[in-house]
Amino acid sequence: MNSKEEISVISNSTIYNVEAIRNDFPILQTTVHDNPLVYLDNAATTQKPISVIKEAQKYYSTMNSNIHRGVHALSQVATEAYETARIKIKKFINALGKNEIIFTKGTTESINLVAQSYVRPNLQAGDEVIISQMEHHSNIVPWQLACKEKNAKLKIIPIDDNGDLIFKDFEKLITDRTKFVSVVYASNSLGTINPVKKIIDLAHQNNIPVMLDAAQAVNHLPVDVQDLDCDFLAFSGHKLYGPTGIGILYGKVNLLDSMPPYQGGGDMISKVTFKETTYNELPHKFEAGTPNIAGAIGLGEAIDYISKVGIENISFHEMNLLEYATEAVSDIPSLKIIGTSKEKVSVLSFVLDDVHPHDIGTFLDFEGVAIRTGHHCTQPVMDRYNIPATSRASFAMYNTKAEINVLVNGLKKIIGVFG
Amino acid sequence: MDQELRELYQEVILDHNKSPRNFREMEDSTQDSEGYNPLCGDTIHIYLKINDGIVTDVSFQGSGCAISKASASLMTSAVKGKTKEEAEVVFKNFLDLITGNLGENPNTDKLGKLAVFAGVQEFPVRVKCASLAWHTMKAALDEKETKVTTE
Repeated sequence: MNSKEEISVISNSTIYNVEAIRNDFPILQTTVHDNPLVYLDNAATTQKPISVIKEAQKYYSTMNSNIHRGVHALSQVATEAYETARIKIKKFINALGKNEIIFTKGTTESINLVAQSYVRPNLQAGDEVIISQMEHHSNIVPWQLACKEKNAKLKIIPIDDNGDLIFKDFEKLITDRTKFVSVVYASNSLGTINPVKKIIDLAHQNNIPVMLDAAQAVNHLPVDVQDLDCDFLAFSGHKLYGPTGIGILYGKVNLLDSMPPYQGGGDMISKVTFKETTYNELPHKFEAGTPNIAGAIGLGEAIDYISKVGIENISFHEMNLLEYATEAVSDIPSLKIIGTSKEKVSVLSFVLDDVHPHDIGTFLDFEGVAIRTGHHCTQPVMDRYNIPATSRASFAMYNTKAEINVLVNGLKKIIGVFG
Repeated sequence: MDQELRELYQEVILDHNKSPRNFREMEDSTQDSEGYNPLCGDTIHIYLKINDGIVTDVSFQGSGCAISKASASLMTSAVKGKTKEEAEVVFKNFLDLITGNLGENPNTDKLGKLAVFAGVQEFPVRVKCASLAWHTMKAALDEKETKVTTE
């Protein structure tokens, strides 16, 4: 992938050297079916820079021990590394305090935590929770569970043909029974970036707290929770160039304080007797059991890596790729892009006439190209467009225009075989 | 095209994908069943007409990839005219073929045209695509009420 176009000038002072970035990701040297790997499945999970891999390895080889409970040296070193990661995350999303940063397994657990510990106890029969039509199943099912149990109603903000939320319908959905709003910041299957500030403003005017599923946003856009004024925000480490099995729940401290624990166990208590247990302070109240220590430390390192490259620079690079890819597929007459909002992250979902996404996925795999095919855990989106599935190419900081050419040539070959 | 890929997407499969046989609803079916692959959203509806223990007509509807559509199409031809028991034997032989139970160089004499699916065994993630129509046909044969899923 060595070509001059891969070094681009972002601003007068910044040079974005994608080749140097690629060299930091060992997996990008892999071949698949004798072709260089072209990894375009970044919305499913991103690859990890060597610094993240080394940091997780360093934890296991030099400081492995349990945190928050040992007086011995290793435990103290590990605790410090774990808590340092929390501070890095706090800075990354500009939270007010580190006690607003809860380590979870991932976005899914973060949403379930809020559904179970914040919304469920406050929900009465006839109350309403609002989500959107473009939610990932992980931002649908937790609310269905809570609403079903409490006989509350789950209301859905519809989307238009471009994949944009119909904002005026959101205004109409709000009633005095609306207790909570949870929406995706950027859609994993359409790419749409939602007008979350407008959503939060309107909800807050009606005293309704808002949760953002930012799994597909934090890796593409600068996210500032104080500026957004969101009440809760969730994301996963593995979509942010960090390890799997680690994620974040951000919550405003007064809300987190008011909530009962999500799970009981070690580390989340301050005193246990059979008669009564008092809970630990934030954030530990929500971190029962031994956490994914290496995962948290790895995520901290991933954030350092992103900060070094610059999230604005990554965003600029990815927008270039999206624009290039959108243009490149536009001369394939049988291809239709699903998700044509003006505000998108670098996700290109599409369908081809007469070729099923699974066949596209298998063919591209033989070209070394990894894309996602299927419903992307957003079946209501597929239903909205009356399609069973899409093919999705999603771009990250290390992708190149040359890789997009491999994708597009692969698609043309497929059409030749099936046409 | 890569050899392994060519083995999977044989001409017969591409042809049946493009022009599936017996691709229609059957109004006078005696039994039918629906199949679903939750992983990819593929759905299939199989219709059977059974008279005196013989499958006199088979048809299908639904959406899916080339492998699942061609498999359904070829399945309709393979079981038409068979007794219920014979259809079950074909089902078993087909499953053995695509899951690699017949070995690397399978004797496909018994399988006729279905032998084109031998390549599927090299693609474990696509076995469900090839078998969905068959499991659904079996459920229709057994007059099972529940929807078939691959998961």
